[in-house]
Amino acid sequence: MRRMLDYFLTSMKVAVLIEFQYRVAQYFYMIGMMAEPVIYLVVWSTIANSQGGSVGGYTATGFAAYYIVWTLVRNMNIVFTPYGWEWRIRQGRLSMELVRPIHPIFSDISFFSGMKIVVIILWLPLALLLSLVFKPELHPTLLEVVVFFFAIWGAFLIRTMLVSLLGMITFWTTRVGAIYELFFAVELVLSGRLVPMTLMPAWVQQIAWYLPFQWCFYFPIQALVGSMTPAELFTGLGLQLFWILVGTLFVNVVWKLGIRQFSAVGG
Amino acid sequence: MRILYLAWNYLRVGVLNEFQYRVNFFVQLGQSLVALSTGLIGLWLVFSHTEELNGWSQPELLAVMGVFVMMNGLIQSYIQPNMTRLLGEIQDGTLDFALTKPADAQVLASVREFRLWSLADVIVGMIVLLIGINQYTGTVGPWQALGFLVALLMGGLLIYCFWLIITTTAFWVIRIDQIVNLFEGIYAAGRWPVSIYPNWLRLSLTFLVPVAFAVTVPASALLNRLTPATLLGTAGLTLAFLVVARIYWRIGLRNYSGASA
Repeated sequence: MRRMLDYFLTSMKVAVLIEFQYRVAQYFYMIGMMAEPVIYLVVWSTIANSQGGSVGGYTATGFAAYYIVWTLVRNMNIVFTPYGWEWRIRQGRLSMELVRPIHPIFSDISFFSGMKIVVIILWLPLALLLSLVFKPELHPTLLEVVVFFFAIWGAFLIRTMLVSLLGMITFWTTRVGAIYELFFAVELVLSGRLVPMTLMPAWVQQIAWYLPFQWCFYFPIQALVGSMTPAELFTGLGLQLFWILVGTLFVNVVWKLGIRQFSAVGG
Repeated sequence: MRILYLAWNYLRVGVLNEFQYRVNFFVQLGQSLVALSTGLIGLWLVFSHTEELNGWSQPELLAVMGVFVMMNGLIQSYIQPNMTRLLGEIQDGTLDFALTKPADAQVLASVREFRLWSLADVIVGMIVLLIGINQYTGTVGPWQALGFLVALLMGGLLIYCFWLIITTTAFWVIRIDQIVNLFEGIYAAGRWPVSIYPNWLRLSLTFLVPVAFAVTVPASALLNRLTPATLLGTAGLTLAFLVVARIYWRIGLRNYSGASA
């Protein structure tokens, strides 16, 4: 246990050092990423203004708050990509990781956790800039801030599990690009990334509640931006925990089955 | 003339190459359709809450989206593959091979790659555009169609110039591989007419990254929203961009020291 923790912290430290080296590249990446929420924000605040001030319970400043917090949550949702899994399995790089006494997914999680620290630091000035331009309305309570802090890490873990599961499909087939695209499209719509879930038709909201996607995206944002009751906040955290556990279970089962299929040499 | 002959030959080779992998067309088509559905869902959500977006009706926005997807297909099949290849060659120093050929280096660097199957987006976009135009209540005659084609050509040239200028910058700074991400992020803004954006953003989308000319202007030409003056202005700007890109390329090339790859 102590050894695991030691590995985790060291790996995080390495990630911090590596990512800080490439801060310009990181910024390019982040600015490209910011274009997406800014587009949504402009479209929806235009609609809110033309509909007498609010739509789906959001005013223009409410949308600003939603999509600015969105940028942080989106960053927390970035994990080792399924394309990375594809590369790792097809090229046989996995062999190298298999001889280590550490589970590859565990090392992904520790590396990306370190990266998140850099990302959050680099994100702050951009968030400030966006706030100056779009003037969001945000008054979270202390409880909401605390829940938000845990929720973004919960989101990170759920998404790691989901995406790892997706990536491990490569154990069985190597033509996976189309499956990934489909997954990302479904996720885009059902997670609250495209629009806050309250703008969706009721039946879509119903379906989304039972799926993991919105607990990685909509819930953390809403915890900070919306006015959720303490009961709702804790239900959300509980559901996050549920999805982390289910995800871990599935990842373990699929990993055990998949690794039997794996037959690369070299790497 | 020689330039056209050269471009034609590279195009033919590109097409022949792509024909070896015919299944890729269907994979590409599938991905286009997935991307289109998310776009349409976005559009549908917008119009389930409002009648019009800043003066643009639903059929009009559908037409804009069609042009967006079409232009995206052109960029992905012709402009971007050439430019990313050039970028890689500047980094690795293998651009030598192109420079030693007895043809204009800029032309050569711009026509070598062609991804036929990415044209799936052009087909999909054209269908969306036709559906939009069909629901549109105004008149669309041969003049509008002509204006559209001219504007589309100029939009494509402007995007090409933009890419060439950015790629040429690699002669000095070498590593700008995140640029593809940056461009794709910003290009996505073209899904909506640029007039909905706040001033600072609209100006950047017009002159910094010519998304406005690539998508909004051609679509406006079809939808009777364009004055001849704007079209003329676009032509002037395209010419200016072509000259600037050319000069910049020449200066950048002088900076290239190769690596005797």
